[in-house]
Amino acid sequence: MALCESLLQAMEEAAVANAFTRVRRVRLEVGRFAGVEVEALRFGFDVVTRGSLADGAELLVLERPGQGWCFDCGDTVELTARLDPCPRCGGERLAPNGGTEMTIKDLEVE
Amino acid sequence: MCTVCGCSGATVDGSDHHHGHDHDHGDHHAHGHDHDHDHRHEAHDHGGTIDFGAGPARAHVPGLSQARMVEIERGILAKNDGYAAANRRRFAGSGTLAVNLLSSPGSGKTTLLVATLERLHGRLPLAVIEGDQQTELDADRIRATGVPAVQVNTGKGCHLDAHMVGHALERLPGVGGGLLFIENVGNLVCPAAFDLGEAARVALLSVTEGEDKPLKYPDTFAGADLVLVTKTDLVPHLGTDLAAIERAVARVNPKATLHHVSARTGEGMDGWQAWLLERRDRWLADGAARVTRAAE
Repeated sequence: MALCESLLQAMEEAAVANAFTRVRRVRLEVGRFAGVEVEALRFGFDVVTRGSLADGAELLVLERPGQGWCFDCGDTVELTARLDPCPRCGGERLAPNGGTEMTIKDLEVE
Repeated sequence: MCTVCGCSGATVDGSDHHHGHDHDHGDHHAHGHDHDHDHRHEAHDHGGTIDFGAGPARAHVPGLSQARMVEIERGILAKNDGYAAANRRRFAGSGTLAVNLLSSPGSGKTTLLVATLERLHGRLPLAVIEGDQQTELDADRIRATGVPAVQVNTGKGCHLDAHMVGHALERLPGVGGGLLFIENVGNLVCPAAFDLGEAARVALLSVTEGEDKPLKYPDTFAGADLVLVTKTDLVPHLGTDLAAIERAVARVNPKATLHHVSARTGEGMDGWQAWLLERRDRWLADGAARVTRAAE
């Protein structure tokens, strides 16, 4: 919910900066390890944007793959789940270093 | 991420303008640097706005010529991160080591803090920011040790954010050269996402909670510099597998330091205190290096 309020705030600031009054579609890039539950985000988005410039806007989430630093390989490897072992060496000492971001990519506005 | 938290305006105890500042700041910032920054950003790279007719817009909404795409490329938490950066500058300027304490409710954050403050009081400047949804109970417990504390009530909110901490700082005396403890709202999920400008993050896990919590709630433990396993005096009664906790923490955060403490018996408190003072000394040394670099 806090994320959705931040998202709304960012859209309101963009509306002032770019002179638009309605948001029809929002595209978010969400990393696999960003700690964001997409369904929860959708629910929150609908609630928070009601009556705002983004009322009824479509929320498109582009998932970004996850990466982790393997302490045993000494290298960055692709990961599908947060707690997966290293696909290369099977090691379990990994620190996520990619796919942790959540970014508003662009807005379709009028 | 939590969907039930309203995260509406927090109140700082004793404040004369409980809800006012949210609005004031909203207005202020809308016309302040954020707004300006957007404009500067636009001016610097002209690709900021793609007008209608350009590829992606047409591809997505054929026939709707009035629609256009606006690229933002901005982190959702950018606003919080801006406030966090301001707090961090403030801490760096005054040589204050800010420590953010995260854990589930009831894992012993306040009890640990009280025991810690009793050991350190009089040795170096100390202050505490307490985050809870309701009540001033925790701040009262801290003040009983003689250390100044500000209570932030988040209302429906489930975490502290950097803006709330900034306001709390206005109500605390400076603790340059000392420690500022920020006790986050008890919650293993949302606080992990919000940088408060702290220099060190400490996650607590009490032995009553289950060995697998770091695996179930990885973000809180993955972001911690130190994991404190608390209430270790209860281990004989519970049969807690401390090695399993250690494995679970190492699994989500191979870099974290791990200490066992019992605020009740004092076991492990020396190690925790040594860790704090070592971090404080390193922070001050880094601060001196920063000042030197800035002067050059």
